[in-house]
Amino acid sequence: MEHSPPPFFKRGPAPLVRLAFFASLSLALLVLDARFRYAEGLRSALALAIHPLQIAATAPVELALRAAGYFADQARLREENARLQARLVEASVAAQRAEAFAAELAELRRLAGAAERLPVEATAAEILYHGRDPYARKVVIGRGARDGVKPGAPVVNESGVLGQVTRVHALAAEVTLLTDKDQAIPVQVVRNGLRAVAFGAGASGLLELRFLAANAEIQAGDRLVTSGLDGTYPAGLAVATVARVERDAADAFARILCQPAASVDAGRYVLVLGHETRLAPYPEDDAAGAPERRGAKKKPRRRESDAAR
Amino acid sequence: MQLAELPAGERILAPVRPATIAASFAAALALAFLPWRNVLLVPDFVALALAFWCVHEPRRVGLATAWALGVVVDVGNGVLLGQHALAYALLAFGAIQLSRRILWFGLWGQALHVAVLLVLAQAVALAVRIAAGADFPGWTILVGPIIGAALWPALGALRLIPPRRASEPEAPRAL
Repeated sequence: MEHSPPPFFKRGPAPLVRLAFFASLSLALLVLDARFRYAEGLRSALALAIHPLQIAATAPVELALRAAGYFADQARLREENARLQARLVEASVAAQRAEAFAAELAELRRLAGAAERLPVEATAAEILYHGRDPYARKVVIGRGARDGVKPGAPVVNESGVLGQVTRVHALAAEVTLLTDKDQAIPVQVVRNGLRAVAFGAGASGLLELRFLAANAEIQAGDRLVTSGLDGTYPAGLAVATVARVERDAADAFARILCQPAASVDAGRYVLVLGHETRLAPYPEDDAAGAPERRGAKKKPRRRESDAAR
Repeated sequence: MQLAELPAGERILAPVRPATIAASFAAALALAFLPWRNVLLVPDFVALALAFWCVHEPRRVGLATAWALGVVVDVGNGVLLGQHALAYALLAFGAIQLSRRILWFGLWGQALHVAVLLVLAQAVALAVRIAAGADFPGWTILVGPIIGAALWPALGALRLIPPRRASEPEAPRAL
């Protein structure tokens, strides 16, 4: 042992060389993932490998929650049950009326020669946890590719649209919320049918309507629903309420902030909707889709919405 | 008995088994993958474990481990691939370069050094994300690293448990 060289001679490359190697490896990976999205294979393989660890981490918490739920007091459960019964009656009455309206609408559309709307199928899912990325607004739901969840599928809860599935694993899926900076949704004002595109405003938790002229017919309190123009979100789902309209004479566009209708904090259950397939082919050069297409080109991570068209 | 009175850096500790290191990383990953409500306030347990082993065992835990752990965290958290890998590689480099200096301080002095390292690692991740087009999420991102550094003395105390236990039965038959 004494005649072997001192350990610092056989420690491989110098620390700085190693640092340069691993830093450039990371940077290469970053560019591959962010710009070209070539790293998805590596990502899904690793995700599968660490899935047991994630299960091991979440299982005790889940068990504790379930145990806490088991010991919930009787009075609260009965009260909740009564409330839910009342809401069920309300909802079923509304559903019956909606069915009648849908039949009538289909009849009218047939008469008018418009394309028929396809029924939308839905999968119920539970929100597992909030995304662990502080720079994005995402939640993870407990349904994945095995349950038929597809990237790009809209996600709603009882009060409106929550967001869109952006990444699908085998048993879970990531939902990017509408308030995420990179998310956009085509909307329509209920009051007058004005169409616009709502973008997430990031950390503020609001939505912003961009590219609406300063004299656009819109005011605080207007309700926004999906317009269904993109073929991803079915038409008529509640999206947001206009909270503030700022018209600045110096600016060609109004600054319009909206409060989203649905919140992830409201409940644990969401619905993943199937795609509404468009029957008509997408026009070659369509001005209506231009704002969103420009957004998608700027953000290569939102490839799903393009695929959905 | 005199051993216990020496400063932390001069205590003679039993060598760490590789299984212990691996288990600590697995535990850190499991803690990181818990369904936290507000991820901004949660310390980065993996970075903390990494800094700990880079300071205490710079020959065993190095940049390769750091990079691999970073990729695993990136995949587990569903963030940009390479973001944590880069931050952890730089963190490991800093911790290894500073390891001799850090061990000379008491536990809270060490925690101060580690706070700087953790904040720098967070800043690297922040720079990467802003370069990729994200918004600045607010100054709360500093809370996680600082809480992490505040956990450092507890980790140091954990590290001192096994050798004491091992040395006690041997004490009577010394000589």
